[in-house]
Amino acid sequence: MSDNKPLVDVRDLKQYFPVKSGLLNKLTLKAVDGVSFTIDKGETLGLVGESGCGKTTVGRTLLHLYKPTAGEVWFDGKLVTDKNIGEFRKDMQIVFQDPYSSLNPRMTVSDIIGEPLDIHHLYANKKERADRIAELLTLVGLNSEHANRYAHEFSGGQRQRIGIARALAVNPRFIVCDEPVSALDVSIQAQIVNTFEELQQKLGIAYLFIAHDLLVVQHMSRRIAVMYLGKIVEIGPAADIINNPIHPYSQSLISAIPMPDPEAARHKHRIVLEGDVPSPLHMPKGCPFRTRCRYATDACAESCPSLTDRGEGRQVACHLM
Amino acid sequence: MSNVPLLQVRNLHTSFYTDAGEVRAVNGISYNLDRGKVLGIVGESGSGKSVSAYSVMRILTDTGRVTEGQVLFNGEDVLKYTPQQMQAFRGSRISMIFQDPMTCLNPVFTVGSQLREAIRIHTDRTKEQIQARALEMLQLVGVNEPEKRLKQYPHELSGGMRQRVMIAMALACEPDILIADEPTTALDVTIQAQILELMQSLQKKLGMAIIMITHDLGVIADICDEIIVMYAGKVCERGTADEIFYNPRHEYTKGLIRSIPRITERHEKLIPIAGTPVDLLNLPAGCAFASRCDCAMKICLKEQPQEIWVNDSHIAACWNNVKRMAEASEEMRPYE
Repeated sequence: MSDNKPLVDVRDLKQYFPVKSGLLNKLTLKAVDGVSFTIDKGETLGLVGESGCGKTTVGRTLLHLYKPTAGEVWFDGKLVTDKNIGEFRKDMQIVFQDPYSSLNPRMTVSDIIGEPLDIHHLYANKKERADRIAELLTLVGLNSEHANRYAHEFSGGQRQRIGIARALAVNPRFIVCDEPVSALDVSIQAQIVNTFEELQQKLGIAYLFIAHDLLVVQHMSRRIAVMYLGKIVEIGPAADIINNPIHPYSQSLISAIPMPDPEAARHKHRIVLEGDVPSPLHMPKGCPFRTRCRYATDACAESCPSLTDRGEGRQVACHLM
Repeated sequence: MSNVPLLQVRNLHTSFYTDAGEVRAVNGISYNLDRGKVLGIVGESGSGKSVSAYSVMRILTDTGRVTEGQVLFNGEDVLKYTPQQMQAFRGSRISMIFQDPMTCLNPVFTVGSQLREAIRIHTDRTKEQIQARALEMLQLVGVNEPEKRLKQYPHELSGGMRQRVMIAMALACEPDILIADEPTTALDVTIQAQILELMQSLQKKLGMAIIMITHDLGVIADICDEIIVMYAGKVCERGTADEIFYNPRHEYTKGLIRSIPRITERHEKLIPIAGTPVDLLNLPAGCAFASRCDCAMKICLKEQPQEIWVNDSHIAACWNNVKRMAEASEEMRPYE
């Protein structure tokens, strides 16, 4: 096996949900519509976009938490299917957004972190299990004496650490981080971001880091993918995307980041988009972004642009730029 | 022109009386707000930033009470108003928009009827005038197809649209002050940009003052003239945006600024503030931030720091400033 093979390889992933509207009418919600990307070992790919663009669905479909409508997910050179997903559960884990609803309030911390250990039979005796739980708690910056407490006894940041410890319990090689810091306060956010980075350095885990906060994403990621209405519109090295976005949507998204710097704010030119994101049930024909795009022409209405290579690892889906 | 500031908050204390004991949410904050200015209040959850605004509006829940202090609007103490006076005051002189536009609009009434109600209560216009004003307000806040929107229910609108309707309602009676409590937190970045742009342009057009409450330092830097940094119900630091961001004099403010990722320093590690926020049920005797502060001194644990002027446009409540000043004055002494 060659080393330059990506760890996760997603090819043309699609996730459609049937939606009933009215008595007979059935519509299809194309939450994810043909998304492809790769993630190398120990790499972080940031996935950004607005609510409803399908970024969370990408993460969940990738893990087969939803059955993909079409497309393939390859992990470490093997095709992941419904039948063999069990083998991959140990390698691919997820950390959820809301540290309040993602932990069972009736389970102690040791039960929560121990559950994946139980499922995968990762210990020989009770002592080994307890030791492993203590080790995991220390790893994420909690005290091993916390093991017998319940989730409600912890603050938001500490709960998110419990969620991370649960994901780490099975020694995964890849973790989907679904908005793991959005529910936390700024000072706590930095603690958790650092924890993720330290774990990556120590254990060589690859992340798919999903978030809407671009400042956090650019800090965490080597590459960034920008999603709009179920499609990736631009993907490339983080610094390039932030400093020199090509796709009109990325441009406005990045210009809209409120900079924590009054001087920069005074000189910034915000590209304010008109209107709202169209409903994914009634997607515009052609390029999904054309209804809000400043540069849209007739060509944009005719066909949907596909991702094309722009050199230096950057791909952009736009007819014009 | 009088020199009295539009709004003066003096030594405001607010507590909530819960089964667990007295939660001291706001512990003596003071600030002035001048006509046409934008004041930002920033802090983490539980820092008392929203409660301080609710106290000004007198919309605290049953368990909450302002225990001390004054809120002077044009020199009159709002806290002494009767409920009737208060009702007339709210909406017409000072109004508020909230974080979640979905829960703040009534789902069973149309946008139009809610907007008309706000106008009807505070003015004596005829039905036609009210309808015209409602339409005008929706146009002002940039809602497309305003006639159609008036007949729609809140659930038929998007989040950004709902927030625009909230702003239209808040501004319908041309208040002098608009309090915006995390108005863009629930919105996406591009919609947030739309709403901030809108608030800035309306502020210029109508000349009202804004109190912007948020935890997002980016939003604060973007639109505020003056900033208050709150921690555990107290003002840590107050000053112009430039002073707060480029010359912070409280360890908490410094920590906050250090803990946000910046675009230029990609590979530098974030420096988080250690520890967890203070328990408002048991506030320490000294500085509330001392337990998380790297520069804490003995006195920080014993005595609360006073707010002192760092310069003309900057106040900070930190013992380190006192120390620095004392050291400076020592050196100023004549050489013997």
